[in-house]
Amino acid sequence: MSKTLVWVEHDNASVKDATLAVVTAAAQMGEVTALVAGSGCDAAAAAAAQIAGVAKVLKADDAAYANALAENVAPLVAGLMADYDAFVAPATTTGKNIAPRVAALLDVMQVSDILSVEGPKTFTRPIYAGNAIATVESTDAKIVVTVRGTAFAKADATGGSAAVEAVGGAGDAGLSTFIGSEIAKSERPELTSAKIIVSGGRALKDAETFAATITPLADKLGAGIGASRAAVDAGYVPNDYQVGQTGKIVAPEVYIAVGISGAIQHLAGMKDSKTIIAINKDEDAPIFQVADIGLVGDLFSVVPELTGKL
Amino acid sequence: MKALVCVKRVIDYNVKPRVKADGTGVDLANVKMSMNPFDEIAVEEAIRLKEKGVVTEIVAVSVGPAKAQETLRTALAMGADRAILVVSEDEVEPLAVAKIVKAIADEEQPGLIITGKQAIDDDANQVGQMVAALLGRPQGTFANEVAVEGDSIVVKREIDGGLETVKLALPAIVTTDLRLNEPRYASLPNIMKAKSKPLATKAPADYGVDIAARLKTLKVTEPPVRSAGIKVPDVDALVAKLKEMGVA
Repeated sequence: MSKTLVWVEHDNASVKDATLAVVTAAAQMGEVTALVAGSGCDAAAAAAAQIAGVAKVLKADDAAYANALAENVAPLVAGLMADYDAFVAPATTTGKNIAPRVAALLDVMQVSDILSVEGPKTFTRPIYAGNAIATVESTDAKIVVTVRGTAFAKADATGGSAAVEAVGGAGDAGLSTFIGSEIAKSERPELTSAKIIVSGGRALKDAETFAATITPLADKLGAGIGASRAAVDAGYVPNDYQVGQTGKIVAPEVYIAVGISGAIQHLAGMKDSKTIIAINKDEDAPIFQVADIGLVGDLFSVVPELTGKL
Repeated sequence: MKALVCVKRVIDYNVKPRVKADGTGVDLANVKMSMNPFDEIAVEEAIRLKEKGVVTEIVAVSVGPAKAQETLRTALAMGADRAILVVSEDEVEPLAVAKIVKAIADEEQPGLIITGKQAIDDDANQVGQMVAALLGRPQGTFANEVAVEGDSIVVKREIDGGLETVKLALPAIVTTDLRLNEPRYASLPNIMKAKSKPLATKAPADYGVDIAARLKTLKVTEPPVRSAGIKVPDVDALVAKLKEMGVA
């Protein structure tokens, strides 16, 4: 049975949801060892040990690993990979930053954003903004993959009782320094795990109108808020709201697209949603070709009315 | 400081790709091709750094078919100084591209390498990080803002939760995200001028890089099709539907 090393995404205290789908994908490839690299990350390691399906946890606790700088953690992972057959990371911005660096250190061609595990070295993955699905087989001795979170069920966060083993690496490579971050604090569900998402497009006019129109509806539904690239580029909302080919890939139960025309790049990020609802005044908008329920109308009257009637 | 900018010729972002009937790939015959949009942002950023006096020379590099020289001419028309085309009519995987770029970097000794965070054809998002690994240099991926400060570069990065800022020792690799800048259009006089800028043509073997594919593509298929649903006449009907679904 092959041995997989899973990158655990965490904030040193708890494990992020994205990790759970990765554990499911890795379990389809072999035995799962979870790597928690961080600084003061005992709590995260303990949480990782409880994930169902995790056989062992490796904890690399070092100030150099605090912010998952790729220059520091990639050599750690590459070193540990001597004992593993596959490195499995989430296709989050952290995973996407680290995994290719690991792959190159191992002289392995990475398989990005896998949708399914078809065999020991065979995977499906989206290409061309999800307009085609490629089935690829790796010929490398070791495997490096990133996992699309929406394509795999989440492993149970509890039920496991893996042993935690401390490991060390070279620490600080001396190439990069973490300066700071601007993370929006929000009570709202995270986009990638929200059950309902209300998403707004360019038609929302400006930041104030976006907030005044979309937020009350999202509040009413307990929904996450997303946006099209156009809305983000225009400064209505921050970059982390962007749903699409190069933004976040989401698959909620219900996706409500408000004033979004439906460019292929946007559809790539949300077309796996269970139910898509589109509100747009242009009845020929491409969004209606993928929407389960469409309402043609002026969003500035429709959305407040909808919010009021829910 | 010299800047190396890596650009890829890809299907134009406005074109809807069609899977070939035999399942071997995507049909690119008679399809409009353009510079990968993220790479345009990379070229633009290099030009802006040159305009600020930080960068002295911009070398545009592409690995791809002979026709990719059109893409490099676009980079030259935008403002790159010279170009290197490494020709391969076969698809070259990110790892092999990274090895070629590494070899070019060894020759050219750039202070900065800028490229798009991902190409919109294979959506791999790998080359920049791999080049950084092979060179043993730091990487500022998904850049939203960059500023060169002495012998380091400060990169604000777009991450899932918001933004993150890192400081990297030069030489460094930067990959661009959408909001780093808005690329300029090449003016007609600059397009004419670009025709006489130097463009060297090389082969992967010139750099000793084996480009044999590591991944075998077994098949390429259409994604499951979503069919259009129903249209509801008004908000009341929409509310009724949402209630039916248990959402409201």
